[in-house]
Amino acid sequence: MSSVITRVKQKQIAQLIAKGKRLDGRGLTDHREIKVEQGLIERAEGSGRVLLGKTEVMVGVKIEIGEPFSDTPNEGVLTVNAELVPLASPIFEPGPPDENSIELARIVDRGIRESEAIDVEKLCIDPGKKVFVIFLDVYVLNHDGNLIDASALAALAALLNTKMANYEIEEGEVKIKPGYTSLPMRSHPITTTFAKIGEKLVVDPWLEEEQVMDARLSMAIDDDGNICAIQKGGNGYFSPEQVLEVAKIAKEKAEEIRKKLDW
Amino acid sequence: MSQKQEKLIDKKGSRLDGRKPDELRPIKIEVGVLSNADGSAYIEQGKNKILAAIYGPKEVHPKHLALQDRMILRCRYHMAPFSVQERKSPAPSRREIELSKVIREALEPSIFLDYYPRTSIDVFIEVLQADGSTRCSSITAASLALADAGIPMRDLVVACSAGKADDTIILDLMDAEDKMGSADVPVALMPNLNAITLLQMDGILTHEEFENAIGLALEGCKKIYALQKEVLKTKYVGVKEAEE
Repeated sequence: MSSVITRVKQKQIAQLIAKGKRLDGRGLTDHREIKVEQGLIERAEGSGRVLLGKTEVMVGVKIEIGEPFSDTPNEGVLTVNAELVPLASPIFEPGPPDENSIELARIVDRGIRESEAIDVEKLCIDPGKKVFVIFLDVYVLNHDGNLIDASALAALAALLNTKMANYEIEEGEVKIKPGYTSLPMRSHPITTTFAKIGEKLVVDPWLEEEQVMDARLSMAIDDDGNICAIQKGGNGYFSPEQVLEVAKIAKEKAEEIRKKLDW
Repeated sequence: MSQKQEKLIDKKGSRLDGRKPDELRPIKIEVGVLSNADGSAYIEQGKNKILAAIYGPKEVHPKHLALQDRMILRCRYHMAPFSVQERKSPAPSRREIELSKVIREALEPSIFLDYYPRTSIDVFIEVLQADGSTRCSSITAASLALADAGIPMRDLVVACSAGKADDTIILDLMDAEDKMGSADVPVALMPNLNAITLLQMDGILTHEEFENAIGLALEGCKKIYALQKEVLKTKYVGVKEAEE
């Protein structure tokens, strides 16, 4: 993504971080303020909005009845899509999803899927024929850095808020009954992203730090403290020691956020 | 990754293809296999058969993408429709678009991008047959193709996967282990700089298992790195001798 801050400021950010300080006063492993809201979109089966500092992401969940994949006939289907809508940043352009939005969607998807956060077998209606299909759409509303963590958290908030209509099967047809059930959730994967700036690692980089960083590393941690998804991005590299340090801090951060949100 | 019907490792600790947990698949590498490309390489790793070609440095097209102070690297990872069990549509899938991006980001740290301002290098990777860990084999081949094209580089990039199947940490996952195992960790490395340029993971690993998997993958990378260097040496010693 194109650089919109001056070289002077880039240098200032990097120099401060080398001394263990950040331009916005945070410590190197501090997140920005996190606010989570749920159920803002009544038309959606579930929704969540996350504010991570000024970064704002909304996620809506819609549920339809569809066919399962042939290799998993007893499991419901999860489909994640991400839109970097042009109102969110001057660097986003309208058009079909580019590699950045596809990568974002696939990181969010991997965190949920690999931690087995949703009990997909409970989403099966008629094995091999009918299952619930969960469409999870990530909508970035304001881009101020670290879209990955904000999107992953908003996705989880939306899933926890999702209500599925009750149903019964009459002569092979699915009939909707009154009342709702929550989505069968088993885990709460929390993703934490680190930026490498100089030789330092910084948690939750905001936009200007992202423009200075050499590379980023995101890790999703499940309820048991296990690592369930990782993605490295950016043009730089990490040393093996830094990777293990990231794994350690990501676990602490995930616990901290889960505790704060009471999930 | 949730199906676990078959045993991937038998009682004696050998895998479906008879390998030990820390053993690589047989690898065959060639460089300079395509006459039109500025650099190329072909790799066979188990049943993986992958071609990589480099075009450039050359003028950027479209021109507005050119950068004044460095070259741009573009990468396309693509799978042939016949490379997998069920025919894959030739249109780029979301997976291929993501892999193109992470492979580009794995190669980029190795290249002196500022040597060739206002130019581009295109990396084309075609998976002719896929058998698990194709992104790793692709990176190993693409980096050799870059070297074959004579692009100045800090180091070769080499990649290898590790993972977990039947509670054992294993090296160099093949297709069945990728699909039915419980974790997959692809890693790319510049061995001389000890720099990890690609790291992904899916599945579930404890912190300790992850540490072991990374360690194993890095060992695997170093073994393949020796092969990479050997292939380059053999080819260019041959060229030198022919000239003399």
